[in-house]
Amino acid sequence: MEYYLSLFVRSIFIDNMALTFFLGMCTFMAVSKKVDAAIGLGVAVVVVLGLTVPINNLLYTYLLADGALAWAGLPNVDLSFLGLISYIGVIAALVQILEMVLDKYVPALYNALGVFLPLITVNCAIMGASLFMVERDYNFAESTVFGIGAGIGWALAIAVLAAIREKLKYSDVPAGLQGLGITFITVGLMSLGFMSFGGIDL
Amino acid sequence: MSLRKFLDGIEPNFHKGGKWAGWYALFEAVDTIFYRPGSVTKTTSHVRDGVDLKRIMITVWMCTFPAVFYGMYNIGWQANTTMATMGLTEIGNWRDAFIGTFDASNVLNCIWHGALYFLPIYAVTFVVGGFWEVLFAMKRGHEVNEGFFVTSILFALVCPPTLPLWLAALGISFGVVIGKEVFGGTGKNFLNPALSGRAFLFFAYPAFMSGDSVWTAVDGFTGATALSVAAVDGLEAMQTSLSLTWNDAFIGHMQGSMGEVSTLAIFIGGAVLLLTKIASWRIMAGVMLGMVATSTLFNFIGSDTNPMFSVPWYWHLVLGGFAFGMVFMATDPVSASMTSTGKWYFGALIGFMVVVIRVVNPAFPEGMMLAILFANLFAPLIDHFVVQSNVKRRLARG
Repeated sequence: MEYYLSLFVRSIFIDNMALTFFLGMCTFMAVSKKVDAAIGLGVAVVVVLGLTVPINNLLYTYLLADGALAWAGLPNVDLSFLGLISYIGVIAALVQILEMVLDKYVPALYNALGVFLPLITVNCAIMGASLFMVERDYNFAESTVFGIGAGIGWALAIAVLAAIREKLKYSDVPAGLQGLGITFITVGLMSLGFMSFGGIDL
Repeated sequence: MSLRKFLDGIEPNFHKGGKWAGWYALFEAVDTIFYRPGSVTKTTSHVRDGVDLKRIMITVWMCTFPAVFYGMYNIGWQANTTMATMGLTEIGNWRDAFIGTFDASNVLNCIWHGALYFLPIYAVTFVVGGFWEVLFAMKRGHEVNEGFFVTSILFALVCPPTLPLWLAALGISFGVVIGKEVFGGTGKNFLNPALSGRAFLFFAYPAFMSGDSVWTAVDGFTGATALSVAAVDGLEAMQTSLSLTWNDAFIGHMQGSMGEVSTLAIFIGGAVLLLTKIASWRIMAGVMLGMVATSTLFNFIGSDTNPMFSVPWYWHLVLGGFAFGMVFMATDPVSASMTSTGKWYFGALIGFMVVVIRVVNPAFPEGMMLAILFANLFAPLIDHFVVQSNVKRRLARG
């Protein structure tokens, strides 16, 4: 239990997807103008990451990894070269299913998330989490914890950035830096603050 | 009044269309050093008070003086004592020309010795930072702000005494330009400029900003700060090996950044800040409560391998930069939370983070700088939620 707790804290703060690995930057920059929208997107990312990482883990363990097809009588087959395309397929399919389910049963949330939901398909933080899962050899339980934790970490970072950008509306940024320029500087300064976790070994 | 006449006489040259219109910011700065500005609130709906941004900033600047003088004394005292033990009779650089004897028991001698380290760093900080400030003010058409007095002295006070001067210049440049001016100057930034400059140096030039050899101004002497010794050997071992009692640490007889050592001197300045209501008591109380609660929690959990778990709150208070950060850095009104409730959460987050970094993170023995920067990031989000909950409550009230 303690191990999973530290994995959880680790994936939120120490290995923060956005501010330590700089993954998912495109949506991170694009949808961080308003705190409410940012939180909505953050929740969607948490849900998608919490689902795709464990499912990709199952896919990897039982279909793709070297010798994973032993249960089907094919112990010498190594399909791991299909990894990238399978993961992105799973992510795209899952996002579509999630969209339909939300549309049918929770229309309020569906409307609130709007276009962000399909956007998540191409968010590299989602793909990155699946690849980290393979690289770090997580089992099913670890992948679930890691997926949710990574999602929460990303959601936290985008909420913080959105709040800062709302505050920066009142600032007086030089003409050449307005818009994305100052946002990049802001994100850089934010990751300076998140350096406080660098070196913690849980 | 001839100076007033002279200034008035040349003033038209600095207005739009005048000969030196581009230099208005500099003229304005010189003018307001000698005379208070003539612009006052005229209409009735305002509370009239002598306190303006200028006076606030100058008060904060003067409140650092106890820490400055004690800091200089402590640098000199540490260096003189060390030199006596090492049998040195001269420093071996330009400072020898200004000091004849090195007597650790002579207070003035110690202050003078320390001043030869502090003043050059402060002067470089002030000149280089002031250069950027004036340059941006002139190019961007805003006025030079007294906030820079505070930024420069706070930056100088959180540097180690042996900091090379070019690094001081680099650090304050980063702090003023990236930390503040790219956002539009005083009041527009979201990180504390002095701390972002220091954090930049800390990560870019760790050999000059951390470790064992930077804290005492004697070449070739290595001595770890009380916090790093406590992190390695535990609190009891630290007290014997450095022969440091709690009282010593409270008064400031230990190594550290130039202004952070003396909790007592910092509290004297802090008391003035609280009495004049310049610093927010909510933030200070929040930092304090957060630190006490978190360190007590760690005491309670306990650990066999990590001696920092057992450090009680009253030691966290006096070691490292906690007091300095709480009084001068966390209370920066620009980068802290703006709402009254938010200030409590903001302070508590700092108190929580500083203990977590000190105890749990083996990479950094001290955590005050990073804790404050981390909380600065969260300040706007905290404000957002406080405002939202207020809105909700009022809507519910009908």
